[in-house]
Amino acid sequence: MRFLLVEDNEELAKALGDRFALDGHVVDHAPSLGDAELRTRTVAYDLILLDIMLPDGDGREFLRSHRTNADSTPVIVLTARSEVSDRVGLLDLGADDYITKPFDFSELEARSRAVLRRLGGAANNSKEFCGVVFDSTAGQVTFNGHSEALRNRELRLLEIFFNAPGKIFSKSYLMDRLFSFQDDVSENAIEVYIGRLRRKLQDSPVTIETVRGVGYHMTQKT
Amino acid sequence: MSTPKPTGSIRRRLVIQLAIIAALLSLAFFFTVRFVAEQAATDTQDNILAASATSIADAVYSEGGAVRLELPYSALSMLGTISEDRVFYRVIVDGTTLTGYEDLPISDARNTSRTPLFETMEYRGDNVRTATVSRTLSVGNQSRTVLVVVGQTRLGLAAISTRITTTATAVGVGFFLFATALSAFAAQNALSPLNKLAESVARRGPNDLRPVVATTPTELVPLVSGLNGFMRRLRDALNRSEDLIAEAAHRIRTPLATVRTQAEVIHRQMERPKNRNSVREMIRAVDESSRSAGQLLDHAMVTFRSDQLETQDIDPKELLQEVVDRLSPTAELKDIQIDLQLPENNVSISGDPILLQNAARNILDNAIKYSPGETEIVVRLIPSDPCRIDFIDQGRGFADADIRNLTKRFSRGTNVNDIVGSGLGLTIADDVARAHGGKLVIGTNENEVGACVSLVLPLS
Repeated sequence: MRFLLVEDNEELAKALGDRFALDGHVVDHAPSLGDAELRTRTVAYDLILLDIMLPDGDGREFLRSHRTNADSTPVIVLTARSEVSDRVGLLDLGADDYITKPFDFSELEARSRAVLRRLGGAANNSKEFCGVVFDSTAGQVTFNGHSEALRNRELRLLEIFFNAPGKIFSKSYLMDRLFSFQDDVSENAIEVYIGRLRRKLQDSPVTIETVRGVGYHMTQKT
Repeated sequence: MSTPKPTGSIRRRLVIQLAIIAALLSLAFFFTVRFVAEQAATDTQDNILAASATSIADAVYSEGGAVRLELPYSALSMLGTISEDRVFYRVIVDGTTLTGYEDLPISDARNTSRTPLFETMEYRGDNVRTATVSRTLSVGNQSRTVLVVVGQTRLGLAAISTRITTTATAVGVGFFLFATALSAFAAQNALSPLNKLAESVARRGPNDLRPVVATTPTELVPLVSGLNGFMRRLRDALNRSEDLIAEAAHRIRTPLATVRTQAEVIHRQMERPKNRNSVREMIRAVDESSRSAGQLLDHAMVTFRSDQLETQDIDPKELLQEVVDRLSPTAELKDIQIDLQLPENNVSISGDPILLQNAARNILDNAIKYSPGETEIVVRLIPSDPCRIDFIDQGRGFADADIRNLTKRFSRGTNVNDIVGSGLGLTIADDVARAHGGKLVIGTNENEVGACVSLVLPLS
C-alpha cells in the first residue's frame, strides 16, 4: 500500500518510513502542507498520516479542505496534543482516527489496518505465495477454495512471512513485531503462534518451518 | 467556582430609599391635611361666632333712655348647626351685663371695633372659643359701649379634628404602602436589564467568550463594555496559553516520538538480552511520561468541565459504540475481544458527552491494559434507573485492600506490577460520575476472575 506521511520532523518521518517498509508499504514523505497538497493532487494514496503542527500551517486546515474536496482517502492524525476535546474536534473535522505522539508503532499499524478495513480496504491488499492468498485487510488466508480466519497476532505474524517468503526471521525479531513493549512475555510465546499458524495452514501447500538455532521461514511444502 | 460575597442588594437599597421618601411624603401630607382642615374648621366656627355676635350687637337698641335687646333667634340657632356644642353669650353695656352669662370672661384686650376678636379659653371646664364685637350706641345724649361676647365649646371642632386626623392617617398609610409597592416594582423593573445581562452571561458555556452584543440601557454600557473587554483579554490569554501548551506538547512529544521510534529500531537490531532490556526500559519510560502528561491534562480538563457542567441529552449506546470502536485496535493487538452488549430500547442520559466519553475510555483502556491476551472484555449497558455501564474483564482484578483508594489521585493497585500507568484513570472516571450525580463502583468480576468497574449514571 502507499501511504503519505505529512510530518515535519525528518528523523521521525524516516523511522516511520523504515518501519512501514518492513511490511512492504511505500511511504511518501511530505514535510509541509504545501508539499502534501501537491502530492495528494498527483498520487492516489491508500492512507494519509497527518501531523497537526507543521511549519507552513495547521494540519486541521489541510484536513478540512481535504474533506471539502470530497477526497475519501482515510486520514489518521498524529497529534502531540492529547486532550479529549482536541481529539473529538479532530474526528469532527473528518479524521478517521488519531494517535497521540509518542506512539507504539504496532498501535499505529493496528489503527491503520482498522481504518482501512472500516472503509472497505485498499484496492489490492492481498499477497499470494504458492497458491495461498493472504489478505491482511480481511484478516484471512485462502487456499484450495477454503478460507481461514486469522486472529490479530496470527495475522501480523503471517504478514511478516508473506512480505518476504523464504526469508528466515529470528525469534527476537518476531517477538518485537508481535508484542508491545508493555507485554511481559518470553520468547517461547512466539512458538504458540507459530503452532497455530501451522495448524491453520496444514492443508495448504505452504508451511512455516523452524530453522534450528536461527528462526523460522515460510516455505512451500515438499 | 467561587461565588462573590454579596455586600447588599441594589434592589433592596432602592426600595428602602424610595420607601423612606414615601414615608416622609406621607408624614408631610398628614400634617398638611390636618393643619389645613383644622384651620378651615376653626375659620368656619369663627365666622359663625362673628356672625352670631354681630347679629346680637345689631339687635341692641335704645328705648326710653335705656338699652334694650331683642335677642334674635337666628343668632344662637346658627351656632347649633355645628354639633351638640354648648353656646354662651354675654351682652355688656358700659361694663354692666345686660343679659347672658355674667361669668363669661371678657378678653383683656377689649375690642373697641366691630371687627370681631377671637379667643380660646377655659370656661366651666370646657375649652371655649369666643368672638367679641363692640358697638357704640347713642342713648339720648350719651354714647354707650355695647360689648357682645358669644362663645361656643370646641367639642364639634375636636370631633372634626379627630375625623380629619383618622382620614389623613389612613390616606397617609395607604399612600405609603402604595408608594412602597410601586418602589419595589420600579426597582425590579429598573434592574431587569441587569438581571437579563447576568442571566445571559451565566447561561454561557465555559468556552463561550464571545462579546455581549445585546442592546443595553445607557447606564449599563460601561459595564457591558468592561465585561466584553475582560472576555476579550481572557480569550486572548486562553488562546495564548492553549497555543503555548500545544507548542510545548509538540516540541516535547515529537522528539519523544522520534526517540521512541528510533529506540524500537535499535531494539530490533540488538542481540544481547541485557541491552535489549535496557532499551525496552527506556521505551517504557517514554510511554509512562507520555501517558502521565496526557492523563494530567485530561484530569485538569475534567475538573474544569465538571465545575461548569454543561449537559445535553446523550445516547449512551452511541457513546459506548464510539469508545469501543476507538479502542478496538488497541485490544486487537492483544487479541482481546470486546463484547459490547447494548439494550434494544432507547436510553438517554443527561451529561457532558466529552466527559462521559473520557470516563468510559479510561475504564476500558484500563481493562485492556490489565487483561491478558486472547481474553474477552464485556461492556454492558443496563438500562435501569439509574443506568449502569459495566466494564468486565478477565484481568488481574483488584486486591480488596486497594479498592477504597483506587479513585484517589496517583493511587494504583498493589498488583499492577510493571504495567505502565499514571494512577489517574479511575480518578477521572470517578470525578466524571460524581459530576453527573452518579458514582463509580469498583468490584470484582462475577466469575471472581478479573475486575468489574461500573459507571452508574442517572437517566435524563
